Amino acid sequence: MADEALFLLLHNEMVAGLYRAAEQGEGENGRCTTKLESMGFRVGQGLIERFTKDTARFKDELDIMKFICKDFWTTVFKKQIDNLRTNHQGIYVLQDNKFRLLTQMSAGKQYLEHAPKYLAFTCGLIRGGLSNLGIKSIVTAEVSSMPACK
Amino acid sequence: SRELFVLTYGALVAQLCKDYEKDEDVNICLDRMGYGIGVRLIDDFLARSAVKKCRSYSETADMIAQVAFKMYLGVTASVRCTSAAGNEFSLILDKNPLVDFVEELPAERASLCYCNLLCGVIRGALEMVHLPAEVTFLQDRLKGDAVTEIGITFLRKAEDRKHKRN
Repeated sequence: MADEALFLLLHNEMVAGLYRAAEQGEGENGRCTTKLESMGFRVGQGLIERFTKDTARFKDELDIMKFICKDFWTTVFKKQIDNLRTNHQGIYVLQDNKFRLLTQMSAGKQYLEHAPKYLAFTCGLIRGGLSNLGIKSIVTAEVSSMPACK
Repeated sequence: SRELFVLTYGALVAQLCKDYEKDEDVNICLDRMGYGIGVRLIDDFLARSAVKKCRSYSETADMIAQVAFKMYLGVTASVRCTSAAGNEFSLILDKNPLVDFVEELPAERASLCYCNLLCGVIRGALEMVHLPAEVTFLQDRLKGDAVTEIGITFLRKAEDRKHKRN
């Protein structure tokens, strides 16, 4: 759908715009990532409210994570998470082998150092969604080889 | 889905408002971002729609209002030509999906052009097809007007070229 292209472009512009502003200002990269993450947080909260209006109550944490991997990810990125792993003690690893926001960037190790900027928003998205479902969490992202990420 | 885009846009505007005190700065920032999006979006648009080359300014304005808006925002705009010379048009939007989740502008942000991104996008896209233009908001529903109106003024090209068929 055409909306995807629009969102991808907006996201890229956002990242570029924020970093450009930071360069002219104090040059603190950390702040930009935080800003992106908090934007993602707000959007995530709003989105999850709209998606779960009609779904049944979730049984437990694992159920919620499965919802995020399947329905939520499909609605946002048009595909499901490829792999979900957990240690059953509160740590979950979601692996996406063709992360939508990175596919246009490169197909290997090139530009690896720029990848985290583009993942900050999505981390916030997940954190916001979880927080509105009643789970406090810390979300981090790891990219070893584009366009896969965890 | 469109909601994601609209919500993200809202968060972006909110963040920019926090970063910049003056509405003008936020407007400029939004316009610049929109420009960056527009220059890339035009490729996507042309690839998806495979339309023929537009032969006149009014065709171009119609194309934007009916095809492009429908494709990306799901609404169509109506076009009005506002100058005798045929280079100024207004796009009138009854429904603006970008403000779906916005109730009203806060009092201290009275001159914020919430949808300034749209102007930048149109400007960027037009420039990429060699049609420099000025795009501004003439009326804005969020500020109390009846409809949202975007004005496009096509600027004269530096050299006069005949359009070639591709």
